[in-house]
Amino acid sequence: MMDNIPHTHEGPNPHAPRPDHDDTLTHHKRLEIAVRELLIEKGFLTADEIREAIERMDARGPHLGAKLVARAWVDPTFKTRLLKDGSTAADEAGVQMDQPTRLIVVENTPQVHNLVVCTLCSCYPRMVLGIPPDWYKSRAYRSRAVHEPRTVLAEFGTHLADDVAVRVHDSTADMRYLVLPMRPKGTEGFDEARLAELVTRDSMIGVTTL
Amino acid sequence: MTPRFSVGTSVNVRRGNPPGHIRTPYYIRGKSGTVERICGEFRNPEELAYGRSGEPMQVLYRVRFSQKDVWPDYRGPVNDTIDVELYEHWLEPAH
Repeated sequence: MMDNIPHTHEGPNPHAPRPDHDDTLTHHKRLEIAVRELLIEKGFLTADEIREAIERMDARGPHLGAKLVARAWVDPTFKTRLLKDGSTAADEAGVQMDQPTRLIVVENTPQVHNLVVCTLCSCYPRMVLGIPPDWYKSRAYRSRAVHEPRTVLAEFGTHLADDVAVRVHDSTADMRYLVLPMRPKGTEGFDEARLAELVTRDSMIGVTTL
Repeated sequence: MTPRFSVGTSVNVRRGNPPGHIRTPYYIRGKSGTVERICGEFRNPEELAYGRSGEPMQVLYRVRFSQKDVWPDYRGPVNDTIDVELYEHWLEPAH
């Protein structure tokens, strides 16, 4: 009989089963299902349209922001336009800005380091970075990034000299922020596509450098 | 709508504590900063949150504050700053 064998996952460290996250139908889950089913039933939306919208959101990711950063590194006139009006320049580069919010791009230099946070909730430049990481939405990051940004940066491995000004941006309203990191040394011969591969999500939030 | 404040102007953030959906973070109320840029006109989120039109539109500013002015115990160089987006009805001229 197999019944007497303890549950081990065949690994060396048996552990208690982890709870499932989908076993409670909360008020907001119930509300979402009810509204979605009503919208479909009344013919305002189709299930396919909802699926397509979710797929469109899921397809956005840091590769879009990286494309803008790499282009700004190789094309100084594009960089000027990107810093002046992020949304218009992103549209020009083929990155869709189908949101009422506007994109502001802030540039890291040897004198200035930028860091983005949303203290009120979790506003994030989804149109160029996709879905935010969980730590970005955590209370610890949201409160500490404004109050002790240099300590937070150090915890991400980013140690800045005192002559580099730390500029924190709290996205409290209708703007969304993308950090333009400094181009790494030794990449002079790289083309735009190869440069884009070097650009990480965290460097565009500003918690790390490249 | 003509913006009441121009770039470079010193402004104070109102110290109000009204109920409801507010986008002005508590930590910045009562602080003084400088207008960094004018972002344009947007519907007032304090009204939108309750299903109203959000009109009249509000001018939205980015205001830059010195970290030393925001946090009395701030540990870091004097050049460190924090930029916050604030709607015009939360700002008053600094005297």
